[in-house]
Amino acid sequence: MTNHLLRLSGLEPFTLTPDIPFVNVGERTNVTGSARFRKLITNRDYAAALEVARSQVENGAQVIDINMDEGLIDSKAAMVEFLNLVAAEPDIARVPVMIDSSKWEVIEAGLQCVQGKPIVNSISLKEGEDAFRAHASLCLAYGAAVVVMAFDEKGQADSFERKTRICERAYRILVDELGFPPEDIIFDPNIFAVATGIEEHDNYGVDFIEATRWIRQNLPYAHVSGGVSNLSFSFRGNEPVREAMHAVFLYHAIQAGMDMGIVNAGQLAVYDQIDPELREACEDVVLNRAPKVGGTATERLLTIAERFKGAGAKEEKARDLAWRDWPVAKRLEHALVNGITEFIEADTEEARQAATRPLDVIEGPLMAGMNVVGDLFGAGKMFLPQVVKSARVMKQAVAVLLPYMEEEKAANGGTGRETAGKVLMATVKGDVHDIGKNIVGVVLACNNYEIIDLGVMVPPQKILEVAKAEQVDAIGLSGLITPSLDEMVHMAAELEREGFDIPLLIGGATTSKVHTAVKIAPRYTHSQAVYVTDASRAVGVVSQLLSAEHKVAYIDQVRAEYRDVAERHERAELAKQRLPLAEARANALAIDWAGYAAPAPRFLGTKVLADWDLAEIARYIDWTPFFQTWELKGIYPRILEDEKQGEAARALFADAQAMLDRIIAEKWFNPKAVVGFWPANAEGDDIRLFTGEDRATPLATLHTLRQQTRKREGRPNVALADFVGPAGVPDHVGGFVVTAGPEEQEIAARYERANDDYGAIMVKALADRIAEALAELLHARVRREFWAYAPDEGYSPEELIAEPYRGIRPAPGYPAQPDHTEKVTLFDLLDATEATGVTLTDSMAMWPGSSVSGLYIAHPEAYYFGVARVERDQAEDYARRKGMTLAEAERWLAPVLNYVPVASSAA
Amino acid sequence: MINLRLPRTEAFARLEALSRERILILDGAMGTQIQSLGLSEEDYTGCGGGCACHIHSDKPQKGNNDLLILTQPEAIEEIHLRYARAGADIVETNTFSSTTIAQADYGMEDKVFELNREGARLARRAMDRAEAEDGRPRFVAGAVGPTNRTASISPDVNDPGYRAVTFDDLRRAYGEQVRGLIAGGSDLILIETIFDTLNAKAAIFACFEAFAEHGARLPLMISGTITDASGRTLSGQTPTAFWYSVQHAQPFTVGLNCALGAAAMRPHLAELSAVADTRICAYPNAGLPNAFGQYDEGPEDTARQVADFAREGLVNVVGGCCGTTPEHIRAIAEAVRPFAPRKIPA
Repeated sequence: MTNHLLRLSGLEPFTLTPDIPFVNVGERTNVTGSARFRKLITNRDYAAALEVARSQVENGAQVIDINMDEGLIDSKAAMVEFLNLVAAEPDIARVPVMIDSSKWEVIEAGLQCVQGKPIVNSISLKEGEDAFRAHASLCLAYGAAVVVMAFDEKGQADSFERKTRICERAYRILVDELGFPPEDIIFDPNIFAVATGIEEHDNYGVDFIEATRWIRQNLPYAHVSGGVSNLSFSFRGNEPVREAMHAVFLYHAIQAGMDMGIVNAGQLAVYDQIDPELREACEDVVLNRAPKVGGTATERLLTIAERFKGAGAKEEKARDLAWRDWPVAKRLEHALVNGITEFIEADTEEARQAATRPLDVIEGPLMAGMNVVGDLFGAGKMFLPQVVKSARVMKQAVAVLLPYMEEEKAANGGTGRETAGKVLMATVKGDVHDIGKNIVGVVLACNNYEIIDLGVMVPPQKILEVAKAEQVDAIGLSGLITPSLDEMVHMAAELEREGFDIPLLIGGATTSKVHTAVKIAPRYTHSQAVYVTDASRAVGVVSQLLSAEHKVAYIDQVRAEYRDVAERHERAELAKQRLPLAEARANALAIDWAGYAAPAPRFLGTKVLADWDLAEIARYIDWTPFFQTWELKGIYPRILEDEKQGEAARALFADAQAMLDRIIAEKWFNPKAVVGFWPANAEGDDIRLFTGEDRATPLATLHTLRQQTRKREGRPNVALADFVGPAGVPDHVGGFVVTAGPEEQEIAARYERANDDYGAIMVKALADRIAEALAELLHARVRREFWAYAPDEGYSPEELIAEPYRGIRPAPGYPAQPDHTEKVTLFDLLDATEATGVTLTDSMAMWPGSSVSGLYIAHPEAYYFGVARVERDQAEDYARRKGMTLAEAERWLAPVLNYVPVASSAA
Repeated sequence: MINLRLPRTEAFARLEALSRERILILDGAMGTQIQSLGLSEEDYTGCGGGCACHIHSDKPQKGNNDLLILTQPEAIEEIHLRYARAGADIVETNTFSSTTIAQADYGMEDKVFELNREGARLARRAMDRAEAEDGRPRFVAGAVGPTNRTASISPDVNDPGYRAVTFDDLRRAYGEQVRGLIAGGSDLILIETIFDTLNAKAAIFACFEAFAEHGARLPLMISGTITDASGRTLSGQTPTAFWYSVQHAQPFTVGLNCALGAAAMRPHLAELSAVADTRICAYPNAGLPNAFGQYDEGPEDTARQVADFAREGLVNVVGGCCGTTPEHIRAIAEAVRPFAPRKIPA
């Protein structure tokens, strides 16, 4: 806004608002002001030089001054290199920089390296107005504020008159001629050394302070700065006195309007805490006053200065190193998250000594730390430059471990590779975006992977050729634009066609897990296509994929996840096309009831059947699900001859038969069943049951759910109620509960106590089969003798598996009626708990587990179907019919809801 | 020499006047429209017949959308016209990647000046047709993209001081582009999708130089993009820091485009709107791309969110980025019509 405040920026903004009395410009990264920094730059120790910059920011410098003016240094190259390095350090780069040089070419080179708005220090009228205009114009074009030295063709201004005259002249040229924003002008009216013993110097402090006051009053919005350390030049070696002089000088200059200064932020005495005697002597010097005790101010300060010399410089504010006391894994994480390389080598070495193998350090604490980085990045709490820094720390840690890993490898015969693996990276054909790919590349390179980067717009053929020639271990494809997605699919198919079996990594802005799972992974079955969310995740993914130990398990996990994702996607796609309930009802199955002679059951009400022959039941066992329980996938009996699983299947089957023989012979189980029939008529989506054939007294209502999927022409939206005759048709519905009995629990527990888990699982698996077989057997008897609508049915047990018979026995909680609470009605009708001992848990599961329940429906057109997802309109309607609140209904129907319930507080 | 005291172009004054009256409408995505044409490699190179300009190159050109300016000019002009008819006051030239740096991937560096000049010309032709149809003034914004290099991030983590491109490389490349855009009759220059502010600063510098040669200052539009959850540019700047870094361009607008759709853009736009003493321009994507890279957000959805910007007084210029169509622009123009443009803070 045009309120004329000085605005600067690094990664973060800085605004010099009136409530900031003074801007601290850090001076330690100035080779002319710091011998240590000069030495670091001369020796090209940039890592330590960056630490100097970082400590200044940590100590509160709001801007850092960077100066490379030293005869033995290539100042321009050093300026560029240091600024580029600072740009990669977010905790330094967050503040604006002051590009400080007496050479314009150094300044301009610096201006070309900073993305923020810096300050140029400095330009002046030293070489005349033309050069001044040219430099100022360039500062405008680069977008920088400027420090203007009080310097003209005749030299540096030392008096109040010269200082103010030169500053005014510069201001007029900048503001009136060039349109330079006045708030971006910072005058430096020259701080010179005082107390030098030369009388002409005595008033320098006053001249500066008064010139400051004049500038602030007469040159609107301009600021005043200065290099404070010059002031105390004559007291070199006596830091306490220098600090006191600076503090006193700043105290007065700031009151006059000096609002910026180049100071050592870590070494500044507090005006109030200076020894009063020393403070008064300093004030006499700075303000050019005659000391009360007589003599000159300079003499007085010199006299007492020695006494204060030993007082010791205030220590630089200690950095917070509390984290150094943490356990080593925590320290490694801290270093990774904060990008601190200072202690990483020692910490890594410590971790290595504690670990069994050097690799454990990488796969353990270091990867854990990188995962934290990835999480923070994903949550927006870290941003990219910081992540790249973390990768660098990782690299240094890995470098410490490498020699030990080599050593270990040599000890093991030394056949291993030099690197962790070779990864080919490419941006796919037609796409030129490569920043993300490059980042992934560097992060992987940091972790000892060899990267072969084919660049952008890489045709599939090139990828195949290089992958083959270089024998790479993985391929990473990147793309940002939409058509790249199809290229990746194509690439996957090409890899498959060429017989590759190395992992394929997918990344880039438009890529996604869903797309990878649905479109890419299925095209490449020889290995696995894996979606990599971002660079921070790349290392974890690649290390798992290339690890001999973890590879198979990891790929299995990814496959399972992708299968799930793909299924969910498919369901979601289908779900998009739901019919309103009214339309679904209009498309209900229309059975021709007029032409249907409904058979009546042999009895109404319930019948308990307790005396079962286990051997008879066993004949009805469908063995295929039994093998599935043991994760052997195949159809019985073919599975017994299966090339791969046959042997295992045969052994298992033999064990099962042996136990089954004992179950039968020793009557381990005591199966029970209850079956019932009631007069029934459909009414809408419900089925009304009556106490007697007159259908006058209602007994209960069974509720059913209707498919809301949009169907192809001619296909109905079916509900179980559609299979039951409406009022006027003398139809019936049956129900049953069967159980293998509670004995299974006790027997399994006995096996477990004997540490025979195999036996325990076996007995449970067989109990399940017996319950299912009993349900099958009972259903057959219902058709033949109890309801007897198919008295002559003669299917063998094996034939029954294909469900060739008339009628169905749908179970609550299964696809045709996903609502488990319907079991409550069924159990009440059958008095099932009393009859069989089976109870319902809070979540509507049957106990014991080897139990089966269901309805019987007799119409020949009845079939098994899935309700699939339902909409809110049906959930509301269903809740009303069941007398539930909507929230309650939504809780039981949660797996099939096609919407997100609003206030799901009930769930 | 850089001169901030250059006279302004005549279009600058007209745009300023118009922007005081109402919210101005920028066009929508070019890429999505081109994609829907389903062009082949032969179409891109103009070798498919029916085109005067055949391009010969060793590198495949499919995907080099800017090249269509030369090889399928009628198709591009038609897209511009469709946006103008949908209500856009300003359309962007199809020159997002028309710099020597971005075209190097396609080996088309020597075509850069021509691409920009012709890109501006054919956009101008479309605008002249639109003006003739309804009498409303239309403006051509010369689009300047970020290139595919970053001036303040090293692509080599082992060498954080390394730079794949320098400020001077970018300044020269942008200079050639901007000169071409001005030669073709652009009314504005739009530096967009800025992920590294240093790249943008090089573009601004190049504009200053080109304007000095031209003898007049064109209005500049500057638009950053924030794609991180951290709310910063790729190069790490906050929205306010970004504005401070480009404020010296004295742009006609500053704003945001692309990225994660209007909803995600809102807080960053509000931040910019609070600090920038110039007009604010927002042209988001049509939401987030779905898993298959398509944008599902319909015209009404995008328009409703953009209208919220207008209702809150955050914007002066609005339009659409990836995934938006002429229908989106029509809906946006309709939706923001009731609202006054944001008042520029004094």
